[in-house]
Amino acid sequence: MAGATTLHLGGDHAARFESRAATREAPWVKWLILGVSLTFFATFLLMPLIAVFVEAFRKGWGTYLTALSDPDALSAVRLTLTAALIAVPLNLVFGVCAAWAIAKFEFRGKQFLITLIDLPFSVSPVIAGLVWVLLFGAQGWFGGWLMANDLKVIFAVPGIVLATVFVTFPFVARELIPLMQAQGREEEEASVVLGANGFQTFWHVTLPNIKWGLMYGVILCNARAMGEFGAVSVVSGHIRGQTNTLPLHVEILYNEYQFAAAFAVASLLALLAIVTLVIKTWVENRAARALNLETAVSRLSIARKPDEHDVLGIGQTPAIR
Amino acid sequence: MAATKTFRVLPGFKITLGFTLTYLSLIVLIPLAAVFIKTSELSLGQFWDVVTTPRVVATYKLSFGLSLVAAAINTVFGLMLAWALVRYSFPGKRIIDALVDLPFALPTAVAGIALTALYAKNGWIGQYFDAIGVKVAFGPLGVLVALVFIGLPFVVRTVQPILEDLDTELEEAAVSLGADRWQTFRFVILPILLPALLTGFALAFARAVGEYGSVIFIAGNIPMVSEITPLMIITKLEQYDYAGATAIAVVMLLLSFVLLLVINGLQAWTSKRTGRDR
Repeated sequence: MAGATTLHLGGDHAARFESRAATREAPWVKWLILGVSLTFFATFLLMPLIAVFVEAFRKGWGTYLTALSDPDALSAVRLTLTAALIAVPLNLVFGVCAAWAIAKFEFRGKQFLITLIDLPFSVSPVIAGLVWVLLFGAQGWFGGWLMANDLKVIFAVPGIVLATVFVTFPFVARELIPLMQAQGREEEEASVVLGANGFQTFWHVTLPNIKWGLMYGVILCNARAMGEFGAVSVVSGHIRGQTNTLPLHVEILYNEYQFAAAFAVASLLALLAIVTLVIKTWVENRAARALNLETAVSRLSIARKPDEHDVLGIGQTPAIR
Repeated sequence: MAATKTFRVLPGFKITLGFTLTYLSLIVLIPLAAVFIKTSELSLGQFWDVVTTPRVVATYKLSFGLSLVAAAINTVFGLMLAWALVRYSFPGKRIIDALVDLPFALPTAVAGIALTALYAKNGWIGQYFDAIGVKVAFGPLGVLVALVFIGLPFVVRTVQPILEDLDTELEEAAVSLGADRWQTFRFVILPILLPALLTGFALAFARAVGEYGSVIFIAGNIPMVSEITPLMIITKLEQYDYAGATAIAVVMLLLSFVLLLVINGLQAWTSKRTGRDR
């Protein structure tokens, strides 16, 4: 399901298509396509984003700041950060391990394993919450044992963390697997043959090659971890100041008709989304630049070859001229 | 996962694969298996009764029907947007390109209340629909708006790389052979884009069927009219009807598995056609 969330190195292609008569449309067609698609973009994507901030400040800065400094809002911020701080590193370690095993080794059932890793993307968030209720809820498999030991998972922080881990499970793995598969294993093999151990090889050889993809996976994973609503809503129990994450706090305020406050808290999450998109674009540019540099260097070294011959004096032999 | 007999130079196969399989089992496979095991507490007859009550069937029709419509809308407009982003230069293009991913980054609850504010009858957009007597928010049309919002990037981001990879020579050949611009698009470009378009459609559909956060605010959640299937699971859970909730979850999970297979097949087709990895 991640086909649409993987690192995309576009670059600008418009000049190539606009400069040729064969790949140009009649001006009216071009303006029609531009007009329709940009109107569609504005009504479905841009206006909702603007609306969040307009609604947030509808009653002025005072209301805005009061909503954000409310103790319940602050505890929601803390819980959201906690859940992301646990879920993202866990899925990062998993993603690196899975990508290492899948990209660097051959084994049976590999393709099936990749499909299984993708599963959480195609499961409804509500089901991602439900599964933990079935395991750890009062009537769940381990419910009795948890109760006997005075432990709480559902309607408590551990449940929220588990639901977050489930929905963000594939992000890093899905980013790294194709990337590391494309890079092959020659460089790592050379490093090991030269005497580096596994960890050194990963740190000094693999990591520099995958850092942009890794960052990309981590920021998308983090955005989803902090913004998840459905799965967390099922396991949270909505206890104010205790088991409310930011998105759930938005819902509570909204359902209490405190619209300005709801949008004020929502604007924090919208800012998070904007920051995510900015970092994402920056990572894409850096990755594209690194790729361009690599191709430029390899082209340069091909072009250099006659020069090397020149240095050796072959090209300068008068007899050949 | 039997190890192959070839000698491996690189270390860490057993530990990374072992951790991968353990973590996958603990976080994904065992919890999902719990859904199927819990449902087996119901007899086949009871299961059938739960998943075919009229109120639940109405949610299937709404969820699946509107998800199909939303995915179709996204396929058409997503292709146009991808086309504009790849082929034309216009001011603000880079910002628009980055903002296409907004539905991935914006929490669904925020999207839900923002769309509701926009499409309510006193909202910026809703007022125009209200003037012609059309109610968008708090009805099925509102559900459609939310599903279009969350599905758009799937189509744009699957079609865009294929469009960027297109060689200008193909279209030049078509033109020199006498095709007009529409024929070139219809018979040269569209067949190349088709696998990606279908993949984008399937991804948007799969996401829309399971979507919860952005929909419940704008839907109005009127029984038999604008309730989505994931909401039925929540409703059953709130009534402590765990078996009922899991029965509906099983229906949704089975559909997800089928969709996952279809999407994998489509992506394999895309890469075979275009030589791209993904």
